[in-house]
This record gives sequence, structure tokens and C-alpha cells, in this order.
Amino acid sequence: MDNALTPLNREVSPLSNHALADLVACPQCDTLHRLVLVAAGQKARCRRCHSVLMSPHASAMTKIVMLALTATVLMIAAITFPFLTLEARGLTQRNSVIDAILAFSSGLMLPLSLAIAGLIVVLPLMRLAAILYVLAPMAIGWAPAKGAMRAFRFAQVLKPWAMAEIFIVGVAVALVKVAGLAILTIGPAFWAFTALVLVTVLNDNFMCRLTIWRTLEARRPHL
Amino acid sequence: MAHSGGSQTPPLTARAAGLVACPTCGRVHQAQTVHCLRCGQVLASRDGTSMQRVWAWLVAGFMAYIPANLYPMLETTTLGKTQSNTLLGGVIELVLHHSYGVAAIVFFASIVIPIGKFVAISYLALQVQRPDRNSVHLKHRMLEVVEFIGRWSMIDVFVVALLSSLVQLGSVVSVQPGIAAISFALSVVFTMLSAMSFDSRLIWDTDTKDSETA
Ligand SMILES: [Zn+2]
Ligand SMILES: [Zn+2]
Repeated sequence: MDNALTPLNREVSPLSNHALADLVACPQCDTLHRLVLVAAGQKARCRRCHSVLMSPHASAMTKIVMLALTATVLMIAAITFPFLTLEARGLTQRNSVIDAILAFSSGLMLPLSLAIAGLIVVLPLMRLAAILYVLAPMAIGWAPAKGAMRAFRFAQVLKPWAMAEIFIVGVAVALVKVAGLAILTIGPAFWAFTALVLVTVLNDNFMCRLTIWRTLEARRPHL
Repeated sequence: MAHSGGSQTPPLTARAAGLVACPTCGRVHQAQTVHCLRCGQVLASRDGTSMQRVWAWLVAGFMAYIPANLYPMLETTTLGKTQSNTLLGGVIELVLHHSYGVAAIVFFASIVIPIGKFVAISYLALQVQRPDRNSVHLKHRMLEVVEFIGRWSMIDVFVVALLSSLVQLGSVVSVQPGIAAISFALSVVFTMLSAMSFDSRLIWDTDTKDSETA
């Protein structure tokens, strides 16, 4: 495991861009490593800053595609089923996630409601779509789809902005805050959302960026 | 991990080898290459505008954080009476209701994390010009923590969104979002952009421990 990535010595002779494909530079600290096969289930870390460079998993592509499909179904369930039901003094109110988002949709608050819709529904869905677009053809052994590189880069950029898990914690806090005012019941959409978060975490765990990039490059049809 | 002997050979960076690396996919190229051959990303050995963008977003984030603390986050109307809560006021109210755990979460997400981020990013940005022998690992860890934890400040914005959609029971009780919800959300987004703009390779460039032998 340790010798999978060996630090290079100072005497690097001028190499062509093609030969340089066997090297990897740590994205965090720029240290060069010579790339050797890393076994599935193992992690290769940078010698200098200890960031994980590679963590390949057995049949990762298939697993990621299955999990991304599951996550998409869960997201659709989460936005269509009732999310929370509120009761106070004989009045009952059912809310879907969409209702929660549209709360701000008047006047000045409209940009905020759009931003929240983006962070908890739109961006996670776009990220799932991008991942499926890139990895579904790869999982069945095809060449990458047109624009797959751009789509995967897009998925990478989106990652910090998809905030479904933070929203779930927000729901928990809101439940406590509202406890004195009304009775709150959790609907099926809440559980779909929670499951979505768990599936996303599992999915990200299987995602070894470097391995996917290298596979994309290797299977790319010649330009 | 076998570190034996590892420290004798100083690590060679892509830049020191006259190469340029892609931060997105790790591919290494000849110095003059413009686009990454693997993923298409525009290449730069070091992100030259990194520190400019870090400071710009950080200042913007700080400016948005001030009104976020002064104006109401939430306005609750109970039987005709309106009560408004600021960011800190919401925490205090939770404490008064003996919800200490939740109060701690909100206090951490809305006060500790944002202020910690301002301090940490400014410190890292100021230190990036100075050679450093001992604390490079620590600084890198700091940047990673800031990047990882920053998004969690959004909790309070989501809470405001949820409460104002849930609690709309006519004249009995209703909750409206306050203007601070917008400025706080902006503050979180700006500081996230600030942390993302930070090219961590600049931190490692200040590491003099390795270059002494070169
Ligand atoms: Zn590194
Ligand atoms: Zn690249």
C-alpha cells in the first residue's frame, strides 16, 4: 500500500506529456508521485500532506450508478410526499418540501427561496444527473458519453453546494423550536430525505475521483 | 505507513520539476500546457489570483455578517403580538426553553463557525507570504477544516425557512423570515467561496523544511 505511490527523486528527465500520465501530483500540495496499481479497498495517501489520492473500490462504477439511481428515486419521493404536519388549536397544516422552500417566495425573500431550492433540491439532483450521465455508460463498459469530462468536473464543483444533509439537521432544530407552539408530525418525505442523505454519503465514499478520471481518459475515443 | 527513510528524500513538487499539475484530476503536464489533457481544466501551476479572491470574498462575507447579527432573523406573531429574534436571540431563546443541545448546535453554526472562519482564513492568508518551517501541516489542516465545516452554518437559514413555512396558522401564530436571513445566507456563501478560492499549494510553498536541502 505504501509503495503504491513513490515520491520521485530530483532527477526527472524531460518527459513528454504522454509519459507524464503515469505521474500524479497531489492536488493539495503539488507533490509528485509515481502511480502504481492501488488494490481495491486500499487508500493511497500523499507522502507529504497525507491527503487521500486514491481509494479505489471493487466494481465502484456499478455501485455508484445503483446508489445514484436510488438517491434520485428518494429525492423524487422526498419532494412529492408530505414532509411535516403541523397542528395547533384545531388547525392542521400539511407541508411538502416545496412548501418549505416557497415560504420566502414573496418580494425581497424570493432570491432566498430560490437559493434554498437550489441548495436542497436542484443542485443535488443536478449532481446526481451528472454522475449518472458520466458513470452509467462506463459501468456497462461503453465509451464515455459526449461531454462526460465536463459533466464530471461539474459534479465535482457542485459537491459542497448540495446541502441535503445540512437541511436534515435544520429540520431537527426546527422541530425543537416549534415544539412549544404546535404539534409536529414527521411525514414519509422526511424519512425519504434522511435515507437520501445516507445513500449520498455512501455514494461519495465509493467515488475515487482519480480512478474515475483515469478510466474516463483511457476509454475516451480518439480525438 | 512506512515512513522510514521517507524524510531523507525531499518531496519534489510538479512546479519544481518544471511541470504543471491539474488540481481537478491530478494529471501532470509539461509546463506550457494550457488545458488538462485528461479533464479539460485550465491549468496554472499556482492560482495567481487566488489570494485576491480569498480576500475579496472574505471581506464580502464579513460585511454581510454584520447586518445578519443586527437585524431580525425571524418574526413570530402570536395572537397579534409580534416578537422578533436575531441570530443570537434565537440561541438565547432556546437556552431559556432548556433546549441546551439544540442551542449549542445553533450557537456553533451561527456564531462560532462564521467567526472562526473569518479568523482562520485571515490568518492563513496573512501567513501565506511567510516562510514556515514547522506548522505547514497544521495550516493545511486548518484550511481543510474551514472548507469542511463552513457549509454547516446554513443550518439557521434552513430553520428560518422551515419555521416560516410551517408556522402559518392564521391569527393564532405565524412566523415571517427577517432580512437577516438573507444577509446571513450571503455571508455563508461568500465565506465558502473565500475558502474554496484558497490554493492550498500556496501554503505548502511556504514550507522551508524541504527546500533547505535543495
Ligand atoms: Zn499532498
Ligand atoms: Zn485535469
